[in-house]
Formats: sequence, structure tokens, C-alpha cells
Amino acid sequence: MLRGLLVTFVLASIIWVPPSFAVDPNEILEDSVLEGRARQISKGLRCIVCQNQSIDDSDAQLARDLRVLVRERLVAGDSDQGVVDYIQSRYGDYVLLNPPVKGTTAVLWLGPVGFALIGIFGITVYFRRQKKLQLAGPAAGTEKDRSS
Amino acid sequence: MIKRLAFLAPILVLGILAIWFTLGLQRDPSRIPSVLINQPVPEFSLAALKGFDRGFSNKDLMGKVSLVNIFGSWCYACLAEHPFLMQLTKNKVLPVYGIDWREQDRTSGPRWLKRQGNPYLLVGDDPKSRGAIAFGVSGAPESFIVDKAGIIRYKHIGVINQANWKATLLPIVQKLRQQ
Repeated sequence: MLRGLLVTFVLASIIWVPPSFAVDPNEILEDSVLEGRARQISKGLRCIVCQNQSIDDSDAQLARDLRVLVRERLVAGDSDQGVVDYIQSRYGDYVLLNPPVKGTTAVLWLGPVGFALIGIFGITVYFRRQKKLQLAGPAAGTEKDRSS
Repeated sequence: MIKRLAFLAPILVLGILAIWFTLGLQRDPSRIPSVLINQPVPEFSLAALKGFDRGFSNKDLMGKVSLVNIFGSWCYACLAEHPFLMQLTKNKVLPVYGIDWREQDRTSGPRWLKRQGNPYLLVGDDPKSRGAIAFGVSGAPESFIVDKAGIIRYKHIGVINQANWKATLLPIVQKLRQQ
């Protein structure tokens, strides 16, 4: 029991890494509402240099400059969507961690549904056939049993 | 017969996906297709480097087919590219503009240009990545061909050299000049 706890603790301490904050204290806006919006926007924007991190998580300099830009535009009175549009117009959909639903991304969004439908169709056909065989099958089988 | 083939269909699909994904692995994920191609240069206005008379803004990019180069004194690849840019300017091939990106301090850029030579007609100081973000840049060096109307026509990621200039960039410049 004690050993189990100890092992759990050791493993947990290896896996659990304290969150590090990329956002520099001097970037943070005094207005907490604006800062909250900035954090929310930053979480949805991809860091172009590190690619699998948001600019909110990234320590890259370009990510830092983008965070500052996001805050400056918010202070200047841009809406959240306005800020995102501004950056998207320069870096493309790629900068959005959540890809938008539109013509070119239809396969991405609808593909899984399509495959699921194909699967359901396949399973349905399979079981229907199975049922038909069962209805016809046992009758033939019993006759065989009798003859043996 | 057709029923037999139906069982092969998943394998066939798997095969096609395998080929597709294997090809996908060959792609360089840092090469992001630019959305700015065929778009006007976004608005930007950069201050002059220390000791220079003029900065550089999007309004300077009108009337001539030109090259915009993002560089920095910290960037080794830029150092490798630099002699070729010098040659472009020396041979008056086309106007070359520079965005000096993210220097440590205000003297690093000017010092570097003094040492290596300055091929740029105008250079903008870009400590806060405003110019770089305007062009959707992810690293240096990156270069853009801008046409007479100030529209971005081509993005080149990495070093420009004799080979890729001749093969890719120069033909684009020549075509744009005829328009």
C-alpha cells in the first residue's frame, strides 16, 4: 500500500510539470478585462515558429511580438474578431489553432462523419445479410443433422 | 468476383492513404504557403536605422518591380545571402528594400551593414516585428517580389542565390516588368 503510494507519487512528480508562463509580466495589461480577452485570443493563435504551441504558450520572440500586437490592438479598440482577422490576413488559416469551417477545410470537418457513415452502412449490410443467412441456414442444417 | 474485390477495397484505401501521408512527411512544415500572394502589401511604417536618413514604409513600394528582404545581423543565413543582394544592387537589377528584423540594440543593424555593405535602397528598423508581421514572416531571410502596383507576387523562404534567382525569381521579375 505504502509502496504503491510512493510509486504513484514518484511517477506523478515525473509526469506533472509545473506550468510555465510564457507571458512576460511586463506584457500584461493593467485592465484585467482586456488582458483576459488578450489571453483568450492568444490561446487560439498558433506560434508560427514553434507551430504546435499557441502564442500564449510560446517563448519564441515572434510569439512575444504577436502577443504584444494583440494587446496593442485591443487597447486601440479592436474587437476580438478584428484582432484575429488582422493576424489571419497576414498568416492565413494556418495561424488559427482551430481551423475554420469552409470550402477548403470541408474534408477535414466532414471527413470523419463521412467515414462513420460508410462504417455504419457497412455494418448494417453485414448484419442484414447475417440475419438472412440465419433465417435460411438453420433449416438446411437441421435437415443435415437428421440425415446423419 | 465483385464481392471478392470488395474485401480488397479497404486495403486499397489504406494503400492510397499510406502513399499520401508518406508524401506529406516529405513536406517541410515551416514552409507555410503565404496568403499574401496577389494581395497589396499590408500597411506598415518603419523608422530609419540609427544613422540613416529615411525609414521604409509600404508606400515606398510603388511604381517599380522590387524585392523586399527581411534580414537581421543575428541571422547567419542572411550573412550567406548578403553578397548576392550586393550583386543585385551593383548590377542595378532591381531595387532591393530591407527590413532589419529584431536587432538586439539599435547599433547592431547599422554596424552589420557597414561591415557587409548596404545593398538596400531603403531599410526599416523593425525591433517589434511590425514589418515582419505585415509580411507574414516566420523566419529570416525571407524575400518578397512586389510588382509595380505594390502587390506581393512571390514569397521566397530562405537564402537567395545565383541558382534560385536564375531559375525562379528572375523569370517572375521579368514577367512582372512586362505587365
